[in-house]
Amino acid sequence: MNHRIDILAILGSLFLCFLILELIRKKRLMERYALLWFASVLIITLFAVWRSLLDKLAAVLGIYYAPSALFLLALFCGLVLVLHFTLVISKLTEQNKTLTQSVALLKNKVDSIAEHVQCE
Amino acid sequence: MQKILMIVPAYNEEKNIRHVIADLRSCNVKVDPLIIDDGSMDNTAKVARSEGADVIVLPCNLGIGGAVQTGFKYAFENDYDIAIQFDGDGQHMACEIETLIKNVVEDKCDVAIGSRFLTATDFKSTFARKLGIKIFTIINSIIIGQRITDNTSGFRAYNRPAIKFLSRNYPDDYPEPEAIILLSKNKFRIMEVPVKMQQRQHGDSSINTLRAIYYMIKVVLAILIGVFRNVERKD
Ligand SMILES: Nc1nc2c(ncn2[C@@H]2O[C@H](COP(=O)(O)OP(=O)(O)OP(=O)(O)O)[C@@H](O)[C@H]2O)c(=O)[nH]1
Ligand SMILES: [Mg+2]
Repeated sequence: MNHRIDILAILGSLFLCFLILELIRKKRLMERYALLWFASVLIITLFAVWRSLLDKLAAVLGIYYAPSALFLLALFCGLVLVLHFTLVISKLTEQNKTLTQSVALLKNKVDSIAEHVQCE
Repeated sequence: MQKILMIVPAYNEEKNIRHVIADLRSCNVKVDPLIIDDGSMDNTAKVARSEGADVIVLPCNLGIGGAVQTGFKYAFENDYDIAIQFDGDGQHMACEIETLIKNVVEDKCDVAIGSRFLTATDFKSTFARKLGIKIFTIINSIIIGQRITDNTSGFRAYNRPAIKFLSRNYPDDYPEPEAIILLSKNKFRIMEVPVKMQQRQHGDSSINTLRAIYYMIKVVLAILIGVFRNVERKD
């Protein structure tokens, strides 16, 4: 058994968890966007540490070299995160568009009212 | 007497906009020009205001879809009966407005599209663009079961139900072909009307080769997905 990699995995994920918590504390990361991160870190750490579970997963998937299953898992988590971000960006773009339109319409209305007031 | 709004999207059109507004003023149908300045870097808004047109300035560039949609919102809020989309680059002709709105005014359709290709015209275009337009004609005709010859035309007239609908749902970049599918799926009656258009006077077209490729892929994808979207019209 190679214990060094286990320790590294635990340290790595602990560091990541700490980083995420710290970012939330400083209000630079919103809780709702941190959840997926925690889930990903948790899953990957679990399989990295619990070797027999990883071996089982690899066997089920027909992967000969067990650590590849871990890479696959990590890649999958990464993709889910990225997809989630593009969802968030799409929503923000939509909201941004609506806001821009409202501001422009309001400005137009305010200007025309101001003009009327000046005329009187 | 119907209240008619001209929605004129303009992005860096300071050289063309004066002529466009003058053209609209000379029109024998009374229309209110509304210039939507889409975060231009030049003096488009200033020039348009000095010509006495109503101007809406978007604080940042939304692209043609978001800009035109702002016009629909304005038309809806200000009780317009008809809204007409009209390019700010001087390519559309105000003298064609009467022809364009006829069927909408007579309630023969909800949306009228000015087409360059219904009658043989001398409209010059590149081969690639003609091909693109042909592809849209084929795809859209199959999907909506109605032949539309000029899917990219930005010269269109809408009645109030269509204005209301589009103020809430309007596609983003390169919205014209997609909007046809959206409108047709939501049971709006569409008609094409033959019109003449001019070549661009000043400034550059926003569509270069790379954009044209993106345009085709994006719009075809949007159209095909649009087929599977739910009908949204509720009125
Ligand atoms: N709101 C907005 N309008 C734009 C933008 N780019 C172009 N336009 C406007 O859209 C209209 C049509 O743009 P054009 O670049 O002439 O595109 P086109 O008419 O399809 O193509 P051409 O036949 O080459 O002129 C003009 O009134 C432009 O000012 C943009 O980013 N935002
Ligand atoms: Mg043009």
